[in-house]
Amino acid sequence: MTQNGWKELGLIAGLVVIAAFVPIMTDGYWLTIAVTAMMYIALATAWTLFSGPTHYISLATGAFFGVGGYLVATGMSDHDISFWTMAAVAPLVAVALAALVGAATLRLSGIYFVIFTLGLAEMIRGLVSWVQNNFLGSRGLYVLTDFTEAHIYWMLLGVAAIVYLIGWLIERSKLGFALKIIGNDEGVAKHLGINTAAAKVMLFMITGYFTALVGVIIAPRYSYIEPNLVFSPELSFMVVIMALLGGTQRLWGPIIGVIPFILLWETITVSFPYSTTLFLGLSFLLIVYFIPNGVVGLIEKFWKRRDA
Amino acid sequence: MTKPGRPLLKVQGLTKRFGGLVAVDTMTFDVHENEVLGLIGPNGSGKTTTMNLISGAFPPSSGSITMNGRRLSGLPAHKIAREGVARTFQLVRILPGLSLIDNVVAGAAFGHRKRWGLEAEQFARDLLERIGLGDQIHLPVGSLTYIDQKRLELARALASEPKVLLLDEWLAGLNPTELQDGIDLISQLRQEGRTIILVEHVMDAIRSLCDRCIVMNSGAKIAEGTPSDVLSDPEVIRAYLGDE
Repeated sequence: MTQNGWKELGLIAGLVVIAAFVPIMTDGYWLTIAVTAMMYIALATAWTLFSGPTHYISLATGAFFGVGGYLVATGMSDHDISFWTMAAVAPLVAVALAALVGAATLRLSGIYFVIFTLGLAEMIRGLVSWVQNNFLGSRGLYVLTDFTEAHIYWMLLGVAAIVYLIGWLIERSKLGFALKIIGNDEGVAKHLGINTAAAKVMLFMITGYFTALVGVIIAPRYSYIEPNLVFSPELSFMVVIMALLGGTQRLWGPIIGVIPFILLWETITVSFPYSTTLFLGLSFLLIVYFIPNGVVGLIEKFWKRRDA
Repeated sequence: MTKPGRPLLKVQGLTKRFGGLVAVDTMTFDVHENEVLGLIGPNGSGKTTTMNLISGAFPPSSGSITMNGRRLSGLPAHKIAREGVARTFQLVRILPGLSLIDNVVAGAAFGHRKRWGLEAEQFARDLLERIGLGDQIHLPVGSLTYIDQKRLELARALASEPKVLLLDEWLAGLNPTELQDGIDLISQLRQEGRTIILVEHVMDAIRSLCDRCIVMNSGAKIAEGTPSDVLSDPEVIRAYLGDE
């Protein structure tokens, strides 16, 4: 184990402790923003677990997130199941979905995978709406709990910390090494004895689990859930943009990307509430064009120049 | 030098069709232990496709490949690699995002004879020394010359200690000095008693390295024997140069 690895983990642990004090320091407006930021930190880190090393751009975040949020709502509203039971079950459903989708699509490469994951979220949203309207009656689903914003924040922080730890462990494992090779040259990876499909599906399932778990935790915040809200394609794009802005070659990259983007996003939604999608697209273009390796890439370039 | 031993790899009736094109047509041959077998023939005769079938890049349309009696044909590439078949690629394919050491560890970690951690790193270091990359170990992979990239790819293939090594035009694209270095390197592997199938166009290399040659034309085997025998075979000359 390298010394740098421990240093990184120590730094992150320190950040987690500091972040835990946020709800005590502030409430109201800034806590609301902090909850949103923490949600995206957890989502973007989970996304990077899979997409970082493999370079497979997944737009399935909305699908997994939606499965989490929607199942909690159905379970609590229609079947009187407790929040905690649903929190245990819903992510497992997402894992099953990830396994299914993974097995079907991860044999495809590049652009086909991207399009499929985007289509998946849309298809599930349509399917769930259709089932609800035709068979379950179009009544609302409520997620009523005693959680405050602070509770939700701490739970999200916990999930983000666990995702990071898992990512840190994977990075240092044989599985992590295999994923790196896959990201470099998948054909070579196969010829070196790597079961590429299994490695990719495994990571996709882990990402699916935690993405759904975030959907579960955030559901009480919305109180009222409908498919169009939780199976949101915008969410999938937001996560990709933030991860790319931070940089996906390091696990801590997305964290750096999320915070400035959330603040920027907040300004945009307040100032231009009717053209948010326009700005979303614009920021996507600017990031990909000007900082393709993200903030992490800029920092590392700076370090290298200083060392040289 | 070790004498060629019993048959290790058996190829029987191997056929590959791409739509209407028969790229490999009922090829049958054996590869013996400790033997260097040359697979030669004009461009488009199906040599690389044969290599791809052996390494499992794609499955054959019919026919079989077995190693030590265990069936390889039909297995996915990663399982064939684990059985002990390693290869290099016609157009060199190193892993650009990894260090030299990790490029070789990549070959050792998942293949036939698995190594991981410090053991794998030490093993990779030794291999890089032996293959002539000792001085470049800490350089970025992108700064390697063409022959050094080929060396690296060879080290990666050797790292799994394969039973059979497939070299697909490993000597192609080298300048005359590099070519002599390359031939020496493979001849060293031969003296270590490795079993190698090589696809090659460089006639000097074929003459000095191969114990036996198989000549392909239009997907089928047209000759088999020692390099000097097959290279003087009239049908082989016709395949390369056309009718007089």
